[in-house]
Amino acid sequence: MTLLGRTTVNVVIGVSVLYTLLPVMWLVLAATKNVDALFNSDLFGGFSLGENVRNLFAMDKGLYGRWYLNSLLYAVIGAAVSAFISIASGYAFDKYSFRHKEKLFGLVLAAVMVPQTVLALPLYLMASEAGLVNTFWAVFIPALFNPFGVYLGRIFAQGYVPDEVLEAARIDGAGDLATYFKVALRMLGPGMVTLFLFQLTTIWNNFFLPMVMLSDQKLYPVSLGLYQWNSSATVSPEYYPVVIMGSLFAVLPLILAFMLLQRFWKAGMTAGAVK
Amino acid sequence: MKSKLACAVLMAPFFLLLVTVFLIPTGTAIWLSFFAADQPGLGFGPESTVFVGLRSYVAVLSDPTFLNGLLTVVLYCLLYIPLMVVGALTLALLLDSGVAKLRSWMQMGLYLPHAVPGIIAALIWLYLYTPGLSPIIDLFAKADIQINFLGINTVLPSIVNIALWSNLGYNMVIFYAALQAVPREVLEASVVDGAGPVKQALRIKTPLVRGAIVTVGIFTLIWALQLFTEPVLLSQSTPMISARFSPSMYIYDAAFTRNNYGLAAAASVILLAFTVALSFGVTRWTNRKAA
Repeated sequence: MTLLGRTTVNVVIGVSVLYTLLPVMWLVLAATKNVDALFNSDLFGGFSLGENVRNLFAMDKGLYGRWYLNSLLYAVIGAAVSAFISIASGYAFDKYSFRHKEKLFGLVLAAVMVPQTVLALPLYLMASEAGLVNTFWAVFIPALFNPFGVYLGRIFAQGYVPDEVLEAARIDGAGDLATYFKVALRMLGPGMVTLFLFQLTTIWNNFFLPMVMLSDQKLYPVSLGLYQWNSSATVSPEYYPVVIMGSLFAVLPLILAFMLLQRFWKAGMTAGAVK
Repeated sequence: MKSKLACAVLMAPFFLLLVTVFLIPTGTAIWLSFFAADQPGLGFGPESTVFVGLRSYVAVLSDPTFLNGLLTVVLYCLLYIPLMVVGALTLALLLDSGVAKLRSWMQMGLYLPHAVPGIIAALIWLYLYTPGLSPIIDLFAKADIQINFLGINTVLPSIVNIALWSNLGYNMVIFYAALQAVPREVLEASVVDGAGPVKQALRIKTPLVRGAIVTVGIFTLIWALQLFTEPVLLSQSTPMISARFSPSMYIYDAAFTRNNYGLAAAASVILLAFTVALSFGVTRWTNRKAA
């Protein structure tokens, strides 16, 4: 390719990377500044990182720490349970045959299409009937449902668990469930991590459902908490540095998870798109 | 495999969820849309729920605020989806062209925003749109350009930008993975036939990743129709976004601000039908083009 072509390719990619990275860098930089420096767009003045962190965790009697803990509980436990449930079902879809299997699978895929906003009101009414509104469970249980995870689980079971291995286990006299838990699940490990990561992101991002279900601030996840603080910031600007600092902290766990588990999310996205 | 019991045990937890958090709520939404709370007399006496047939549907479909919301979301899709698909595909093709430097670092950089939760992406950009806070507005001001990102004509493109920023890298990775799966012999053959790199990208590679393009297009469409988080956050700072800016916001407003469950349910069912119809339409249209 010509030199001009090469340069153009790299410049376009470079500019796009600047577009994706600069706002995050602004967040990091802004998190170190006090209110005055923030509003004067003074790029390097008014350094008060330590004070911002202290303010963040002291604001409103330490609510932020509480929200962070909630988000971790909702997301980590929720994603683990959800991955376990989805992969078991995906595995069963691949390895067993029963009547109307493909129709049932079609229903699972159709569920991917249904907007969350459509389900929110009925879920709220059901939770209210069951006395679960404004509790941990109202946010935790619906987030376990991941139909796309079942779709991926089926692809993983097809790819990672050869039927011969299951046949061998059966000849050795192992029951189906024992085979699943002792043999198949181990082979599905990488797929499980992928599903865990996907659902971790989804639940950490979850905003609509908590907004509908929760009125007690102490149960809020970080997303909803920051939303609330941002609305306070429009009236009292001392909230701005706190919201910015809080946003930075809220971004960290996912970036960390993706860095550490890079190869797993790539596997999942590829499986979803290429097949 | 024969063991029916084992199969049932493995399936049960998921199907329990499918029924309780998907089927029953969907059914309930449809059911609720045919009922309304009617207060007898002059608003005195106990409320009762009565069957009203299609009254809520008529109310929603003749409500200009709902129709405006629907129009807004259609405009949003028309702006966002082509930009997203073309942008992500272009970047993937460039990265796949063989002359891109630092490929995996660039991919990481492009992907990073996807690890930023939607509400926080909206927060970051809201601040970058806010005069006084934003270094971008300052930069424009230095060049004597006054720009208002949250004005009547700019607020929708500003929302498109947030969504684009969040998802561009994610979709790029999907396209890139699909491009990597293109057999090398096909590409070599096209070079022998005298195809230049641009022609190869557009005429050979792009048609071969059709499947990925359709998948990304449909998922982007489904998500775009649910537009909620970004406008809700921006509405805290600009009067240009009303409480019923998008259909999802309309539903939230009807259900939890006005407490009109029948109206909210009818709007939900309409949004659902709209989503399903568009998804099927796009699928059928792309299948026909393939045939």
